[in-house]
Amino acid sequence: MELLSPTEFAKEKVIAVQEYTLLATQSVANLFRKPLYFADMVQQADLIGVGSLPIVVLTGFFTGGVLALQTANTLQRFGSITLIGQLVSTSMVRELGPVLTGLMVAGRNSSGMASELGSMVVTEQIDAMRALGTDPMKKLVTPRVTATVFMLFFLSIISDLVGLAGGLMVAKLFLSLDARQYWSNAWQVLVFQDVFMGLLKPALFGFIIATIGCFYGITARGGTQGVGRATTQAVVAASVLILVTDFFVTKLLISVLSYR
Amino acid sequence: MSAPSLPIDCPTEVGPPATGGAIVFEDVHLAFGDNQLLRGVSFRLPLGETKAIFGVAGSGKSTLLKLALGLFPPDSGRITVLGNEVTQLSEQELFPLRSRLGMVFQESALFDSLTVRENVAYRLTEEHGIYDDEIDRRVRETLRFVELEHTLDLFPSELSGGMRRRVAIARAIITEPECLLYDSPTGGLDPVTSNTIVELIMKQRDVYRTSSLLVTHRLQDAFTMATHEFDIKTNQLRALPRGQYCDAPMSFLILRDGKVTFDGDIRALAHTKDEYIREYIS
Repeated sequence: MELLSPTEFAKEKVIAVQEYTLLATQSVANLFRKPLYFADMVQQADLIGVGSLPIVVLTGFFTGGVLALQTANTLQRFGSITLIGQLVSTSMVRELGPVLTGLMVAGRNSSGMASELGSMVVTEQIDAMRALGTDPMKKLVTPRVTATVFMLFFLSIISDLVGLAGGLMVAKLFLSLDARQYWSNAWQVLVFQDVFMGLLKPALFGFIIATIGCFYGITARGGTQGVGRATTQAVVAASVLILVTDFFVTKLLISVLSYR
Repeated sequence: MSAPSLPIDCPTEVGPPATGGAIVFEDVHLAFGDNQLLRGVSFRLPLGETKAIFGVAGSGKSTLLKLALGLFPPDSGRITVLGNEVTQLSEQELFPLRSRLGMVFQESALFDSLTVRENVAYRLTEEHGIYDDEIDRRVRETLRFVELEHTLDLFPSELSGGMRRRVAIARAIITEPECLLYDSPTGGLDPVTSNTIVELIMKQRDVYRTSSLLVTHRLQDAFTMATHEFDIKTNQLRALPRGQYCDAPMSFLILRDGKVTFDGDIRALAHTKDEYIREYIS
């Protein structure tokens, strides 16, 4: 690999951030410009949303289950084992549901977008699209961003629900707790701020996943090797950015919403 | 590579220069890093004419086509396409202009996740408001033009290289563009398939009078185009009588070291004294 001077390296990074910002801005601005590729949005929603459903369900279910298992011991020590429903519920809705769903979808779809668009770049299909009078940003990027934001919102809700079901399975089968008590605790503990936080995060994570995937795809260079590199970078960047954004959004919402 | 002999005996008077033109390059410069690719390239493609562009590999032939499409801007100079100054237009303003042009890429650049039917229909489906029946009729008609009607439901990966180029031509011409840009359409193909594609390009030139830029390494293709015309009655190429070679709407442009070293018709090419060009065409 060619070594770059610190100045060149910094310039490269600044240009990349500038290009990413432009892509992200355009992907939203294109929603207000014709043509709107609604059919492509539906197709992407199917690929991203329905396609990711099995992994999201499995991840959510076993995360809820293991959360109940891990915390049962501690709660038992304080004689608060009945609070396990509350713990699973708040953890899943506020944090683990959106973050784990985001990470799963990033792994599956950021890489998919980067490799698909990257392959189109290196085989001149993007140039062909521009030559045929179509804006690739409108045709390829905006539908992916819209579909990911929309579907991640619902995938997170499903993940929360099956996470609670996973916790219930552990509570009922291994801890011999009452199912009705578990559900009523899990339900009643949730307040508006929990739900708001749990639904805002997937929208942000969806935007990150799609824009990062498309950015690395569109900027892929260097043939098949370049496409492979772009795919890996997209997953890593999207995953890290999700976790970093999660921290700051959580901190911000706790302050803004006077959260407990 | 040997070109056919050129017994040029048509009149030597040069006609008055046509005004305007389909594509005009004026003093275009372009560099990629330290590599100065184009150093003041100027030429004009008159309406209805085909101009074959030659030059060694890496001389910037394909780049000329991409510049004409506005896929990237030159460092300096002016490019005018169908009366629009490409160098002054934004990406959004270029899309309507590009829909009046057709481009056949070197490696076809067909959308690999779409069938032949969807690839060829792409521009029509993008235009919106055209009924499916009409799209289907025009797709079939265009594929019949390139003799590939039977490949409608195949994917590009299921086609041979020559078939992919013909599908790419069909995709480019379905909206009857005013100007066509061909990037090495016969490169890497066998002589039989190459001849078929040359026939298609000539058919487009002589039947629809479409202006075109043709990037090629194959001199014999360009000479065939300068010495033949497409006969619509027999659906075949017909050799022009020797005295009428200059009647073919065909010219030649040779790039060397980032500059235009030759731009003229077959007569001027045959009579050139430039050693490099003589060696190139020999």
